[in-house]
Amino acid sequence: MIKLKVNRKEYTVDINPETPLLWVLRENLGLTGTKFGCGMALCGACTVHLDGEAVRSCVTPVARAEGKEITTIEGLSLDSGHPLQQAWIAEDVPQCGYCMSGQIMSAAVLLRENPRPADADIDAAMAGNICRCGAYQRIRRAIHLAARIQGQGGGR
Amino acid sequence: MEKTDVSSQVLTQLAVKIMLVIAALCLGALAPSTWAADDRDDAGARAAFLKAYPVFMHPRCLNCHPAGDAPLQGDDSLPHAQNVQRGPEGRGRYALKCANCHQAANLPGENLPPGNPKWHMPPPGMRMVFQGKSPGDLCKQLKDPAQNGGMTLEELIDHVSHDKLVLWGWDPGNGRSKPPSHVEFVDHLRTWVKKGAACPE
Amino acid sequence: MSGIFNLSRRKFCQAGMLAGGGLILGFYLPGLDRAAAAAPPIEGTFAPNAFLKIGTDDLVTVIVNHSEMGQGVYTALPMLVAEELDADWSKVRFEAAPVDPVYNHALWGMQATGGSTSTWTEYERLRQAGATARAMLIAAAAAAWKVAPSSLRAEQGQVVHTASGRRLTYGQLAEKAAGLAPPKNVKLKDPKNFKLIGKPAKRLDTPEKVNGQGVYGLDVKVSGLLTALIARPPVFGGKVKSFDAEKAKAVPGVRQVVQIDRGIAVVAEGFWAAKRGREALGIVWDEGPQAGLDSRKQREQFAELAAQPGAVAKQKGDADAALAGAAKKIEAIYELPYLAHAPMEPLNCVADVRGGSCEIWVGTQFQTGDRDTAVEITGLKPGQVKLHTMLLGGGFGRRAVPDSHFVREAVQVSKAVKAPVKVVWTREDDIRGGYYRPVVYHAIAAGLDGAGHPVTWRHRIVCQSFTVDTPFEGAMMEHGVDASAVEGARGLPYEIPNLLVDWKRAPGAVPCLWWRSVGHSHNAFVVESFFDEVARAAGKDPYEFRRALLKNHPRHKRALELAAQKAGWGKPLPPGMGRGLAVHESFKSFVAQVAEVSVSKEGKIRVHRVVCAIDCGPVVNPDTIAAQMESGIVFGLSAALYGEITFANGRVQQRNFHDYPVLRINEMPVVEVHIVSSKDAMGGVGETGVPPIAPAVANAIFAATGRRIRRLPIRGEDLKKV
Repeated sequence: MIKLKVNRKEYTVDINPETPLLWVLRENLGLTGTKFGCGMALCGACTVHLDGEAVRSCVTPVARAEGKEITTIEGLSLDSGHPLQQAWIAEDVPQCGYCMSGQIMSAAVLLRENPRPADADIDAAMAGNICRCGAYQRIRRAIHLAARIQGQGGGR
Repeated sequence: MEKTDVSSQVLTQLAVKIMLVIAALCLGALAPSTWAADDRDDAGARAAFLKAYPVFMHPRCLNCHPAGDAPLQGDDSLPHAQNVQRGPEGRGRYALKCANCHQAANLPGENLPPGNPKWHMPPPGMRMVFQGKSPGDLCKQLKDPAQNGGMTLEELIDHVSHDKLVLWGWDPGNGRSKPPSHVEFVDHLRTWVKKGAACPE
Repeated sequence: MSGIFNLSRRKFCQAGMLAGGGLILGFYLPGLDRAAAAAPPIEGTFAPNAFLKIGTDDLVTVIVNHSEMGQGVYTALPMLVAEELDADWSKVRFEAAPVDPVYNHALWGMQATGGSTSTWTEYERLRQAGATARAMLIAAAAAAWKVAPSSLRAEQGQVVHTASGRRLTYGQLAEKAAGLAPPKNVKLKDPKNFKLIGKPAKRLDTPEKVNGQGVYGLDVKVSGLLTALIARPPVFGGKVKSFDAEKAKAVPGVRQVVQIDRGIAVVAEGFWAAKRGREALGIVWDEGPQAGLDSRKQREQFAELAAQPGAVAKQKGDADAALAGAAKKIEAIYELPYLAHAPMEPLNCVADVRGGSCEIWVGTQFQTGDRDTAVEITGLKPGQVKLHTMLLGGGFGRRAVPDSHFVREAVQVSKAVKAPVKVVWTREDDIRGGYYRPVVYHAIAAGLDGAGHPVTWRHRIVCQSFTVDTPFEGAMMEHGVDASAVEGARGLPYEIPNLLVDWKRAPGAVPCLWWRSVGHSHNAFVVESFFDEVARAAGKDPYEFRRALLKNHPRHKRALELAAQKAGWGKPLPPGMGRGLAVHESFKSFVAQVAEVSVSKEGKIRVHRVVCAIDCGPVVNPDTIAAQMESGIVFGLSAALYGEITFANGRVQQRNFHDYPVLRINEMPVVEVHIVSSKDAMGGVGETGVPPIAPAVANAIFAATGRRIRRLPIRGEDLKKV
């Protein structure tokens, strides 16, 4: 039995401790906002926060997450009000949208640690997240916008 | 010459520190006699260092001691694919911190992120570059406390003998090549130190 | 003449569309091709093409018959309806159409999404649907108020009596309108009165794509759902010799192991158990005839084929004789590799085959084929197969599969285990799973006369056909030539008096497929790179040389001129940088791109900026057009810089994003998109951004380094300064 705290809720799951956190979130807890893309920490689609850090849940054995705060896209904000979500909507970033949970979770760490990121910071934070639709230019734009929203206290 | 001065200064410091180390840490492995200055043999030291040098240049060691600010990966030592950066503490930046993917142990399976509890790069203040360094330059850098994190030579020997992240190089996980023998590597460095730690030209 | 049917009055039970009541409109337009027109609808089995639902809650739901894979159809198609309906855009919703002939593609007679056709093929009939509903709502209000319909107007989801200012919302009128017969001939708006069309509209699917709520195929939840991974042959055409089901079943969580057509399925409680179970199968394969497939040998084989004449795709004058007599000859070999689509969402399909029913949840571009496949496997009637089109985490052609193999697998496994099953592909399964853009070998030559004018162009294309023996063969084969192999080459826009384009069919043991922009993806690279070579050989500026020879192709020329002007063609660049351009027509649109590229002495290529101009005719959502151009450029750059599937010992040598890399944000150029103001025929945007980028970049590399790129992907090591 493994105890998990996901999006401020406690769960107990009976699972092989080597199972990647990704599949526990998706299959056992029904939190399918976190996506499977590569299974090798190469694409970032599965990015979630583990004690605030942007881990790749596809290579994170669930045992590592025990006793830690896990946040997924579903728990990032109450009503899509995170500055990044607002900015993503304002810039119409997503195309197929599949990578966007991971993109936003990565960007959230960036914005927390650097409230006014320069382009080089965005490159340093976001290059672990592949977008096959090529929305990179809009992702960059939306992060800059989100920084402004956050700076004005506009997050929910 | 300045080089000699530095070496002898280091050796003088060594004598004092050895006593402290033994007293404080009970490190039996490095007997005081190993370090006697009368063993000095510059040619022998240089030769020993040159034998250890290929280990430093091996991708498992060199990849996290790059000339630039991005770690390298693979046996061809290409820049890490995700534009990973050294970061303010040598632990990556933002959403690409080393430990986000590189966990306490190697993940099973080819090309999956290897791991170690200490996984990191040298911090920006102490970059300890291996990539592109000649044996002489690498040697000087290793000996310089200002560049090596304030380590004495015996601490350096201890570091390469026991540090878990150093040892990872010889246990790199699925499919990764390993540097030449760790035992011999440490022996060569011990010999180098024992013979006065002179640096190759 | 359109036939519009009020379905509110019919028994129509697809997808719970009657829930909530209101007005439901289906309509039929004769297909845009002769085949469809020849089969008019019969009462009771009629085939309306699209549906619109107006609820009593004022929500206008457009049931979209094209799959959303990022290209924006869940926004652009509702815009067409909403424009003519004068709907309140904030009340417009979308819904994926179920599988049914009524939702067939207007041209193809089957329900499918592809060929960058969704918007232009629906442009008329969806506006017609909106206009019809609007007329019915006005008629309902006229009846309620006992006034003449002509005294009413519609605006923002309401009908207004102009004289009195009385208003009723569409929701309030929906029930009344549902009882009316649709008018026969509604008038569409003059485009100058468009309120929505032509202006940037916010995508309707963005909100659910930023909070994890959007449901892709892989996210489908069904009670009792099991997960299956399938072990497929490591060599295409291989067969299972033996396997150890017991070892797989010994893995905790594994429920069953079943053999199906395409391999061995390990069915488990979840992905991880299925994966561990698959690893334990210990399969011995009969590798079959392709066990020796090797990319290097294949290259030699293609070179031999290129020495033989192919089937003629286009001929004008005598290209060979003109070449023999040319003052200057330019000849080159161009080569392009197999490419995987690698959509972000790995392939997957949920099937639930039980008793007399089959239900499928899948992100697909080819509903009809998938449904027919399920019918074939289950023996059920088409009406007993229910197919839900989920969001597609990228398609790029990979989810439009003539053999419906990823649906076939799921239906077979579910049928065997008698439970709902989700078949999941790993990324390795995807990269190694075939259905690639074919490997292509091009032999091309041109001749100049004494004055430097091109007098002849001879282009031979060697590649396999992936449409022969599929339901698409009839549409693609023309006089023995596979159109998908020669598109973008046979229609050379440049004025050259002698022309020969032919196709030599290569053996096709590796499953191949349309890969975003299909034949254009390789032909544009060859034609536009080689044309640059010809311009250089003639001592001309590549831009001016193109312009001069495009005099009979004004749309190419306008796009080219706009891109060149916005890019500052001819203006000096910093040392080490080069500018290259390309212009190409595909899918009825005309796209020109200018790339600015630098190459470091280590051979590292950096694309700094791409200026793109597109003429796609009338514009529906300009922001989507910009997004699709950005997208196509990134997709094409990934292929040009990195994309390559190769074989050794019959096996694919790549397997995931570490050895099949794609562009990342730190490599993203600044992309500027300019739309040509155009009243010409509407074209597509989903694929048209891809073809010009590889040649634009290759031509820029030539400008920067003097080295000509004739083989993709571009190899940085070839560009190192020695």
